[in-house]
Amino acid sequence: MKYKFDFGALAEYWPQFVDGALLTLEMTVLSTVSGLVVGTLVAIGRRSENKLLSRLCGAYVETVRNTPFLIQLFFIYFGLASAGLRLPVVVASVIAMVFNVAAYTAEIVRAGMDATPRGQLEAADSLGMSLPQIYWHIILRPALERVYPALTGQYILMMLSTSVTSQISAEELTGIANNIQSNTFRSFETFIVVAGIYLLLTLILKAGFWGLGLALFTRRRRLGTSL
Amino acid sequence: MSAVIELKDVHKSFGQVEVLKGVSLAVERGEAIAVIGRSGSGKSTALRCVNRLETIQSGEINVCGHPVHDPKLDVRKLRLDVGIVFQSYNLFPHLTVEENIMLAPVTVKKLRKAEARALAAQALARVGLAEKAQSYPEQLSGGQQQRVAIARSLAMQPQVMLFDEVTSALDPELTGEVLRVMEDLAKGGMTMLVVTHEMGFARKVADRIVYMHQGRVWEVGDGSMLANPQTPELRAFMAHDL
Amino acid sequence: MLAQPFTLAHVGYMLNGVLWTLALSALAFVFGGIAGFGVMLLRISRFRAVRIASLVVVQIVQGIPLLVILFAVYFGLGIFGFQVAPIIAAGVAMMIYSAAFLAEIWRGCVEAVPRTQFEAAECLALTRWEALRKVILPQAFRLAIPPTVGFMVQVVKSTSLASVVGFVELTRAAQIINNSTFQSFLVFGIAGAFYFAICWPLSAWSRTLERKLHVGRH
Ligand SMILES: Nc1ncnc2c1ncn2[C@@H]1O[C@H](COP(=O)(O)OP(=O)(O)OP(=O)(O)O)[C@@H](O)[C@H]1O
Ligand SMILES: [Mg+2]
Repeated sequence: MKYKFDFGALAEYWPQFVDGALLTLEMTVLSTVSGLVVGTLVAIGRRSENKLLSRLCGAYVETVRNTPFLIQLFFIYFGLASAGLRLPVVVASVIAMVFNVAAYTAEIVRAGMDATPRGQLEAADSLGMSLPQIYWHIILRPALERVYPALTGQYILMMLSTSVTSQISAEELTGIANNIQSNTFRSFETFIVVAGIYLLLTLILKAGFWGLGLALFTRRRRLGTSL
Repeated sequence: MSAVIELKDVHKSFGQVEVLKGVSLAVERGEAIAVIGRSGSGKSTALRCVNRLETIQSGEINVCGHPVHDPKLDVRKLRLDVGIVFQSYNLFPHLTVEENIMLAPVTVKKLRKAEARALAAQALARVGLAEKAQSYPEQLSGGQQQRVAIARSLAMQPQVMLFDEVTSALDPELTGEVLRVMEDLAKGGMTMLVVTHEMGFARKVADRIVYMHQGRVWEVGDGSMLANPQTPELRAFMAHDL
Repeated sequence: MLAQPFTLAHVGYMLNGVLWTLALSALAFVFGGIAGFGVMLLRISRFRAVRIASLVVVQIVQGIPLLVILFAVYFGLGIFGFQVAPIIAAGVAMMIYSAAFLAEIWRGCVEAVPRTQFEAAECLALTRWEALRKVILPQAFRLAIPPTVGFMVQVVKSTSLASVVGFVELTRAAQIINNSTFQSFLVFGIAGAFYFAICWPLSAWSRTLERKLHVGRH
C-alpha cells in the first residue's frame, strides 16, 4: 500500500471542526429537551381514555419508529419547500429530530408509566390528590426515573443521527467534514478525525447524563439502587 | 483402605473473609458422610472446593487420585469421577428429562445415542421416574426434578457423589422421596458427601457425621454424636434445631 | 427546470429500490450476524483482556454515527487504489454496525441464562464450549429472537444511509425522482410507506414474540 496518511493537512481546519461539533451539540440539546416534552405529552395522550387521541398518538409513534430518519428529514425539509416554505436547514433539521425522537421518548416513557404499581394509584386517589397531581408525583416522576437509562441511551443515539442532517447541508460535524474533505482531498483522514470527535461527544454526553441523573434523582443515589 | 476424598488443612477465602480455616477430612470408599452446621459455617464452600467449583488458597484436596489443589489439574477428568447435586436442581429447561440425562454421556463420553438412552432409562428407574423420560423439567414437581438431577449425575457413573442441601427447596411431603433415593444410593455402596439439614437422615443413613462451625470441622462422630454432643457449639446447634 | 409529472413508472422505479433495500438489509444482517456472533463470543470470553478489548471496540463502533462509518469505509477502501462499488462499502459499514449491536443484544441474552446452568454443565464434565453450545446458547437463542427481529427493523431503516454513497436503494430512488418531479411530500411519503410496509410487520412480530416469551416464562 502506497498510501501516506496526512493528518497535517487538516490542522488548519480545526476551528471548523469545533464549530461543527458545537452545532451538533446545540442541535442535540435542543431536540433532547423538546423531544422529552413532546414525547411525554404523546405518552400521556397514548394512555388517554379518549380512543381517538390514543390511536392518533399510537399511529404517530408507529409511523416514526418504522421509517428511516433520513426519509422523515427529506419529507419535512423538501416537502415544506415544495409547498413554498423554505426553512433554514438547521431549523428543518431540529424539527425533524424532535419529530423523530419524541416518538421513541413516548414509547420509553409510556413503558415507565405502565410500570406504576396499582396500589400507589389507589393510595394517591384515596388521599384526595387531583389528577394532575397524581400524574406528576405518582406516575410521571417515578416513570422518568425508572426509564432514565433507556431515555438517555436514546438521546445519545439521536446525537449520532444528527450526522444525517448533513444530507440537507446542515453544517454540523458531518457536514463540515464533507466540506473539508472536498477541499483537502484527505477524505479518509477527515472521517477518522470526525469519528474521533463523535466518540468524544458520546463520552461527554454519557458523563453529562450520568451527572444529571445523580443530581436529579437523589433518592436513587441515596439508595444506590435502580427503582 | 485409602481415602477417596481427602482434605488436608484447607483454607479458602473470599476476598478478605476466610470461610474455611483449615478443614481436614478423609472419606473412605463406600462411606456416606453427612455434613451439618449453621448457615454460613462453610459447608457449601467445602463441598464446592471438592469438585473445584472454588479454588483454595492453601492445603491439599485429593479426590479419587486427582490433586484438586493443583492449578494444573485436568478439571474435566475430576468431574468425570465426581457427581454433584444442588439445592436448585439446575436441570436444563430446554431438554427433556431423558435428554438432560443423555447430554453428558453423549457429549463427554461419546456414547452412542442408543447406549445413552439405555443408561438414562436405567438411571431413571433407580430414582423411580422411568415414566417421565419424555417430560420437560417444568412439568415435574420439585421432588421429581431433584430425582432427575440425581439420575443425571448417576448416569455419568461417578465414584463419588456430592449433595448440597438437595431437599431444602422442597415441601416436606416431597423431601421423603428424595431422601429415600439417597438412602438407596448409600446402601448400594456409593461414596457420598451430603450437606444436609435433615437430622433424621444424618442419624439414620450416614456412616459418620461432620459438624462444621465457623469454617472448621468442629466435631466428627457417628449417629450417636447428635444425642450426646461433645462440644457446647454442637449442643447449642442441636438445641436450636429441635 | 421543468417539473415532470409523477407517474406509475416512478413507483416502479421505487419498487426496484425496495428490492435493493431488502438485498442490502439481508446482506448486512447475515454478515453482521456472523461477525456479531463472533464478537459476542469475545465479549463473554473467559480472558479478561479479550472481554475488555472487545468491549472497547463495540463501544467505539456504537459511539460513531453509521453515516461516518460509511464514509470512512467508503473512502478508506478507496485509498487501497480500487474504486469500491457502493454496495460493497455500504455492506461493509452496515456489517460493522450490525455486528456491534447484535453482539451486545446477544451477550445480554447469554448472560440472562442463569450462571447455575453453566455450572451444572461443567459439573457434568462438559467443556466450556460444549456447555455453551448444548446448554447456554439454546436457551439464550429463545430469549434472543424477539430483540433480534426488532433489530432487523433498525437494519432496514439504516440502509437508507447507503444512498449517500450513491447506492440506488429506496431512499436514493426517491431522491432521484424528487429531483425531477418536485413532488416531495408525495415522493417521500410513498417511500416512507414502503419502509413502513417492510418494518411494521417486523416490529409487530417482534412484539408478539416478546409477549409469548413472557407468557412462557410466567
Ligand atoms: N462466592 C462467594 N463470595 C463471597 N462470599 C461467599 C461466597 N460464597 C460463600 N460466601 C460466604 O462464605 C461463607 C460460607 O458460605 P457457605 O455457603 O459455604 O455456607 P453454608 O454453610 O453452606 O451455609 P448455608 O447453610 O446457608 O448454605 C458465608 O459467610 C458466605 O457469605
Ligand atoms: Mg450452603
